[in-house]
Amino acid sequence: MSDLKESKSGKEKEIEKKTDNKTEKSKDSKDKKTGLAKSNRKSEVIVITSGKGGVGKTTTTANVGTGLAKLNKKVVLIDTDIGLRNLDVVMGLENRIVYNLVDVVEGNCRYKQALIKDKTYPNLFLLPSAQTKDKTSVTPEQMKKLVEDLKKEFDYIILDCPAGIEQGFKNAIAAADRALIVTTPEVSAIRDADRIIGLLEANEIKKTDLIVNRIRMDMVKRGEMMSIEDVVEILAIDLIGAIPDDENIVISTNQGQPLVGDNSLAGRAYMNICKRVLGEEIEFLDLNDSGFFKKLSRIFKKSN
Amino acid sequence: MGLFDLFNKKKSSGDYAKDRLKLLLVSDRANCSPDIMEQIKNDIIEVISRYMEIDSSGLDIQLTQTESDGGNGTVPALYANIPIKDLKNKTKTVK
Repeated sequence: MSDLKESKSGKEKEIEKKTDNKTEKSKDSKDKKTGLAKSNRKSEVIVITSGKGGVGKTTTTANVGTGLAKLNKKVVLIDTDIGLRNLDVVMGLENRIVYNLVDVVEGNCRYKQALIKDKTYPNLFLLPSAQTKDKTSVTPEQMKKLVEDLKKEFDYIILDCPAGIEQGFKNAIAAADRALIVTTPEVSAIRDADRIIGLLEANEIKKTDLIVNRIRMDMVKRGEMMSIEDVVEILAIDLIGAIPDDENIVISTNQGQPLVGDNSLAGRAYMNICKRVLGEEIEFLDLNDSGFFKKLSRIFKKSN
Repeated sequence: MGLFDLFNKKKSSGDYAKDRLKLLLVSDRANCSPDIMEQIKNDIIEVISRYMEIDSSGLDIQLTQTESDGGNGTVPALYANIPIKDLKNKTKTVK
């Protein structure tokens, strides 16, 4: 009897070795066998995108990611802007990079070797982009595969999308379940956002929410800036939050420390977005003092 | 509500931006290339010219939006401004 058992387990070992040598896919199924808790994780993949550059995608990625980690979720941020790496700098992790996204998809290292643990939150990780390669070094299929692997370990996978609608954008949205679209109250940014919304629909990303960034209520009051309602009306998607043009953002970026959750207006606005991402119903922040919040909450109700 | 409203009053720059965007997005969403607009324009010139003499160089067409008749928001519209030189040519040109 005991002999039989032994020979059987020996065979199993052999099979395991074989599958190990095959593709990484078979490794995944092994993981599932060994760690039930891991495979039961219900994770969400969020792409942060805008079309236009310089509207605050990376800042938003850093703050939403850090905020979700603050709310006790296990989060990985992926910088998909190959060739123009900057999420690492906003996170203040630029000195810790060893491997990058391209190394992982090319198989030069395992993804765990490339992940950088955050300074403050042990459940927050960054997968940095490559600085010396270009956007064609990664394909949408490779991104999907990588994200599938990461899903076993993380609650939230947040993809910082590059500007534009070319290969880098296609890579970033390939694996996404939902999108946060960042725009500013400017004609150029809103036009690009509208184009991006169309492309996301065409790629069957069903859930898209809008973040209006860098709003200046003093200018809106004077009629010299489009209001949050104007932007929401034009783009006709759900609003998930508005971030005021707050100098604390610049300060926090200087320090490489996202401000989400602190007492600044932007910090509170970002934290509210994080809670809404988790599905909580949070009232919109009063970005100025005079009953603006009422109008905002009306929009939120409409969009629901 | 039309194009001329943009220039009638002194609007705040925020309203101006909003109006510009609305027009812009109509043509963006329609995915109407300048080529197609040019073709539409030439076809319109051809058709109208059968009935009256028009100033083809002054012809202006663009996609815009207008209040729908049903009163449920705005709908895309093709706006055409066709200056007529001579209405009397009508009988002569129609054969």
